Amino acid sequence: MTQPTPLLSVRDVRIDYASSRTTVHAVRGVGFDIYPGETVAVVGESGSGKSTTAAALVRLLPRAATVTAGSITFDGTDILAAREASVRRLLGRRIGYIPQDPTVYLNPVMRIGDQVAEVLVIHKLADRKTALISAIEALANAGIDHPEVRARQYPHELSGGQKQRVLIAIALAARPALVVADEPTSALDVTVQRHILDHIGTLTRELGAAVLLITHDLGVAADRADRILVLSQGEVVEHGTPDEILGNPQHPYTRSLIAAAPSLHTAGGTFLTRARQDVSADALSPTPLLEARDLAKTFGRTDDAPRAVDGVSLSIARGRTLSLVGESGSGKTTTARIILRLVDPTSGTVVFDGEDITQLRGERLRQLRRRIQVVYQNPFASLDPRLSVGDIIAEPLRSLKLAGRGERRARAAELVDLVALPASALARKPRELSGGQRQRVAIARALSVSPELVVLDEPVSALDVRVQSQILSLLAGLQAELGVAYLFISHDLAVVRQVSDEVGVLYHGRLVESGSTDAIFDTPQHEYTRELLAAIPRGPREPAITRGEQHS
Amino acid sequence: MSEFALVRPAEARAVDATVADDSAEQSTSRTRFVVGYLRSRPGLIVSVVWLVLLIAASVVPTLFTATDPLATVGTVRTAPSAQHIFGTDQIGRDLFTRVVYGAQLSIRAAAVAIGVGLVVGALIGLIAGYVGGWVDLVLMRIIDVLLSIPGLLLALAFVVALGFGTINVAIAVGLTSIATNARVLRSEVLKVKHSVFVEAAHAGGATPVRILFRHVLPNSVIPLLSLLALDFSGAILAISSLSFLGYGAQPPIPEWGSLISGGRDFLASAWWLTTAPGLVIVVTVLAGNRVARAFTGEGTIR
Repeated sequence: MTQPTPLLSVRDVRIDYASSRTTVHAVRGVGFDIYPGETVAVVGESGSGKSTTAAALVRLLPRAATVTAGSITFDGTDILAAREASVRRLLGRRIGYIPQDPTVYLNPVMRIGDQVAEVLVIHKLADRKTALISAIEALANAGIDHPEVRARQYPHELSGGQKQRVLIAIALAARPALVVADEPTSALDVTVQRHILDHIGTLTRELGAAVLLITHDLGVAADRADRILVLSQGEVVEHGTPDEILGNPQHPYTRSLIAAAPSLHTAGGTFLTRARQDVSADALSPTPLLEARDLAKTFGRTDDAPRAVDGVSLSIARGRTLSLVGESGSGKTTTARIILRLVDPTSGTVVFDGEDITQLRGERLRQLRRRIQVVYQNPFASLDPRLSVGDIIAEPLRSLKLAGRGERRARAAELVDLVALPASALARKPRELSGGQRQRVAIARALSVSPELVVLDEPVSALDVRVQSQILSLLAGLQAELGVAYLFISHDLAVVRQVSDEVGVLYHGRLVESGSTDAIFDTPQHEYTRELLAAIPRGPREPAITRGEQHS
Repeated sequence: MSEFALVRPAEARAVDATVADDSAEQSTSRTRFVVGYLRSRPGLIVSVVWLVLLIAASVVPTLFTATDPLATVGTVRTAPSAQHIFGTDQIGRDLFTRVVYGAQLSIRAAAVAIGVGLVVGALIGLIAGYVGGWVDLVLMRIIDVLLSIPGLLLALAFVVALGFGTINVAIAVGLTSIATNARVLRSEVLKVKHSVFVEAAHAGGATPVRILFRHVLPNSVIPLLSLLALDFSGAILAISSLSFLGYGAQPPIPEWGSLISGGRDFLASAWWLTTAPGLVIVVTVLAGNRVARAFTGEGTIR
């Protein structure tokens, strides 16, 4: 850091959230500097205070939050102490803000062009006549195709990635000196994510703007930042260059983050190989447990309706894991739901243990539920909020009348132990548990009826990285112990690599490539697979392989 | 690469499963919260106390008065005094006693009205929302018809069909609240039935009936229950109105509406005959509304 004066200087900021019952110290003395033109990443899990810090920078703290100490100085102005009006002159003009969720940050009833022009008009960088022309220019710079057409569209006509580009255009339209990007790509698909991050990088480099990048992904931070700050429970526990942080982490929290980050490991089957030492021989029976042939699903009645799933065939062996990878809209969840018999395929067959289950109805379909179970992506939505954990876990047993009251209670206690929750959790309600704990409950529920196949629909994507790795190792351990087969749905190739025997890549409803995990990752055949692989963030300069091995 | 041992129970508890047993601490903080909440809302305390007294009066009227509501105990139409705090009526009965005994009928009738409205309305809403399709269409058009007729007029029509008497009045009043209850529950059911946990129950092998009553109903009925206190006020008012018109309790049985009706001939000479029971109705309705406001999430941070 050769520059003498920092552009942004954060000193010992403390922020509390007050509710009617308790006070939460969300940020406890965070301090750092950002110099002109530099990219600084703030990394942490949910609840670490990273987004609260970012919100304080742009004075967007929610009403319940109060800054109890500290100062934030931007180019001579104390943002926390200054009058509202003088801060307003900075925001949008000198400080650009890129929010996390592009779907809610655009006004749905305003045209795109007007929303970009607004920031220019407010800061008198353009008058009403020239603003729209400048806005179209800004949209073009943000990498939007046909900017003059897009400028006249409304937000609902754009995809998530395009909306995020619009927000980038708004943030950069006034050529700010600092850009605060709060998880700018977390809501987007991996390949889109990479393009957006590349684009933010290029644009800010051209402008010479500094970037404060808030992210939960250490891999993304290492890829993009000059310096990384690691935040945990409202405090900066470590800061340094990506090489220092990844190569020689000092704080135990940083080490656990690195250990858990799937993208920083390249060896395949991390969890598999450790959990499953020598079950392979007997588990491999010749007939597959589940076989799907030529599945197709069309939504809507017309002949030319788009095909959500288009000719997908797959098979899963007993006790093995097949992963389906793809972006949103690739048909991976629809495929899973067809196999679960929650939606009917337009054509194709599903054969489970030698029996065609595609046409099963009524009672026989209900009995099939015993053998195929599901774990959903969002453990906050998949558990009935009014039931206790014990009741939730025993619910399938009760629905299928497989056990009496006493037996159910005993089985629930057993399962809670199996998924490594304390017995006291049985009487709790879901809202009293963390995300990781809830996902353990959902897994216990799926296993309660001793199914032969469990469909895992993005089981870890709603969880923090360290919790992710705990859940993944739990799943691998349970598979080794119980011999259950998994159909693992994910958009995250790095996670998939750690848990799968075989991988299928879905793209626009078609299975474009499938094979063993090693084959897919080492010798990808399809263009799209290669693009997905390239999108995995893996740290700067040196290849991740050597870095991964430094820690062993 | 760092070690990924399979997480076994003992270690996992240390890492992730911090379900600490803090129920004792939680209960004291809850008590403090409730005390603070009530202290800043004296009106709510008064309302609750009033309603509790009223319910007590309807169950054990002798708690409040030792006099017989049908017996003549003094001279006719004496103004309120220490002996007869509401005065006496046109044939010398103690008005306070008659209002206390009147609570018995009025509160019971209100309970019946609420019960009828709740059960029938909830059932219609539940079925319409969950089944959908033409069933929903037919049920909701019937509800639309009910909604298009003014409540009191509808109740009058029902009473005429069912016959006079307090319980029939109560049923009629209950029937008029079916429409709103059904619509409230239907909209909640529409939200809840697409929840992931409902699909999870389905994937867990639950039958539709089981899903409906174990998962959908308990998760959608809360907004309806919070409307109950408001329904109570409305029912008291509607029942009193119908009694005033002469469709409810027949003399000499005391009921709030009929007490007012009986006193209106003496409005100029004995104001207390209408004013006292009238005030009791007003205070009861206000108290019910106040409690309803507390139920519908007043004071919570949104």
